[in-house]
Amino acid sequence: MRSFTYERARTPAEAAASAMRKPDAKFIAGGTNLLDLMKLEIETPAHLIDVNGLALDKIESTQEGGLRIGALVRNTDLAADARVRRDYGVLSRALLAGASGQLRNMATTAGNLLQRTRCPYFYDTNQSCNKRKPGSGCAAIGGFSRQHAVVGASEACIATHPSDMAVAMRALDATVETVQPDGATRTIPIAEFYRLPGDTPHIETTLMPGELITAVTLPKPVGGKQIYRKVRDRASYAFALVSVAAIVQRDGTGRVALGGVAHKPWRVEAAETQMPRGAKAVAAQLLADARPTRENAFKLALAERTLGAVLAEAKG
Amino acid sequence: MKSPSDFELSRRKLLAGSAASIALTAAPSIVNAQVPAVEAAVADVSAVWKVSLTVNGAARGLTLDPRTTLLDALREHLHLTGTKKGCDHGQCGACTVIVGGRRINSCMTLAVMHEGERITTIEGLGTPENMHPMQAAFVKHDGYQCGYCTPGQICSAVAVLDEIKAGIPSHVTTDLKAPPQLSNPELRERMSGNICRCGAYSNIAEAISEVAGRPA
Ligand SMILES: Cc1cc2nc3c(=O)[nH]c(=O)nc-3n(C[C@H](O)[C@H](O)[C@H](O)COP(=O)(O)OP(=O)(O)OC[C@H]3O[C@@H](n4cnc5c(N)ncnc54)[C@H](O)[C@@H]3O)c2cc1C
Ligand code: SF4
Repeated sequence: MRSFTYERARTPAEAAASAMRKPDAKFIAGGTNLLDLMKLEIETPAHLIDVNGLALDKIESTQEGGLRIGALVRNTDLAADARVRRDYGVLSRALLAGASGQLRNMATTAGNLLQRTRCPYFYDTNQSCNKRKPGSGCAAIGGFSRQHAVVGASEACIATHPSDMAVAMRALDATVETVQPDGATRTIPIAEFYRLPGDTPHIETTLMPGELITAVTLPKPVGGKQIYRKVRDRASYAFALVSVAAIVQRDGTGRVALGGVAHKPWRVEAAETQMPRGAKAVAAQLLADARPTRENAFKLALAERTLGAVLAEAKG
Repeated sequence: MKSPSDFELSRRKLLAGSAASIALTAAPSIVNAQVPAVEAAVADVSAVWKVSLTVNGAARGLTLDPRTTLLDALREHLHLTGTKKGCDHGQCGACTVIVGGRRINSCMTLAVMHEGERITTIEGLGTPENMHPMQAAFVKHDGYQCGYCTPGQICSAVAVLDEIKAGIPSHVTTDLKAPPQLSNPELRERMSGNICRCGAYSNIAEAISEVAGRPA
């Protein structure tokens, strides 16, 4: 691991300002993704701003009847919160399907949103990777691409976003709250938070340099059957090949988002109008622009079938 | 003719001599190359941080490079080598310790991030003479073969039972609104972050079940 200077931030605004002042600074929350990447020298921050002391670890009700989840709420606490279990079951389920008990005890809401891809070529510093080293090429294209994106990818990058939680957040229409280095705050709808890789796969979100996430807000509960179904190579403790976050109302309408298929949680609102007609119709529209590789084409059928299983479960 | 031992002797001398000459010729350039690098590092890295931790009930003060993980602080600085380094990337669970009552992977967190916190390692759970019930159950049920993952397994298991008591759900909990059950599938799911290369899983599950007060 490269050397870095370390600081404990006392207020969110101070943390954001410091991140702007110090070159190559990074926030550290749970550390479960950042330290992994720092040990491999994929991330090489010169300065670490520890945000764990910021009082951003509460889950509060909002005036609109929703929930404001502090950026530092641990994944375990969010999944176990009685309000989340009752009103946002898809979020509890997605969190519990991710990582391990130990990791969820450390992992934070903001850190989970910002975890980086698990593309093996991104992790191997001997390989070319536009995300790790812009302009160096993409070893996954033409390489071993079983885990990679089938939709929304580009000529520069076919990586997927690995978060389970983010897929549920997308289905729930969450909003990301931030503070910027000049102290200004803003809110970013989750639909506008993640970027597709395009020709700048190293820029993954619409956050500005130094911008700190302070909370994630959930709108008023929408009810319905809430299901998160994750398909992976092991029954536990593995990243998704395909996952489905669904909220299905009694009349068969609802929302679905897919994980494991794209550079961001994949939701196409127009496809949801097909939900009463079944999984095939929804999948056809959701994945209409899919361009799988030979190795990951199975994800198309898998997504449709997983969606079918979820819709059947919602009816039952 | 030289005896074999003469030959051995001369071969050793030869090796020693050539190693020394390599060292001599190489040394000046190494020194020249490294002096500026070291100075630069000292100039732009505030080298050390003071950290106080309560480890197994005792207050411990450390002066650390901020890069030091909690795992390395425990093993290399406090010489509590019961906690093991397996993968060092949060994947295997061998480094599991209990911080503020919760199990975490000590390899994926920096010691400086735990100022003032209470840490329990395998050494703090019990001693060979006075074992924690979970340690005793692992011995009784043969919950290991090589034993390398065992400290992490045991710390994890102790915390798992507390998590179930606290009503924290898991991936296999059927009803999110009801308290989780102490079933074998629940224990196995919750222990999935602790990998055992010897495959002692069924015995581990039995050991935990016994401590939890139910048959496996
Ligand atoms: C073995 C293993 C298995 C895993 N399996 C899964 C899985 O199945 N599913 C899954 O979803 N995840 C999985 N994960 C990933 C895990 O969920 C993430 O590592 C974790 O959520 C990251 O959160 P953190 O708080 O530790 O982030 P950190 O590592 O602290 O930070 C991650 C990034 O977020 C930035 N950041 C943190 N907080 C803020 C903030 N407030 N504002 C702005 N930027 C911020 C950091 O600068 C950094 O770039 C796994 C991880 C491991 C190691
Ligand atoms: S898919 Fe993206 S992350 Fe993977 S090697 Fe290509 S550019 Fe890098």
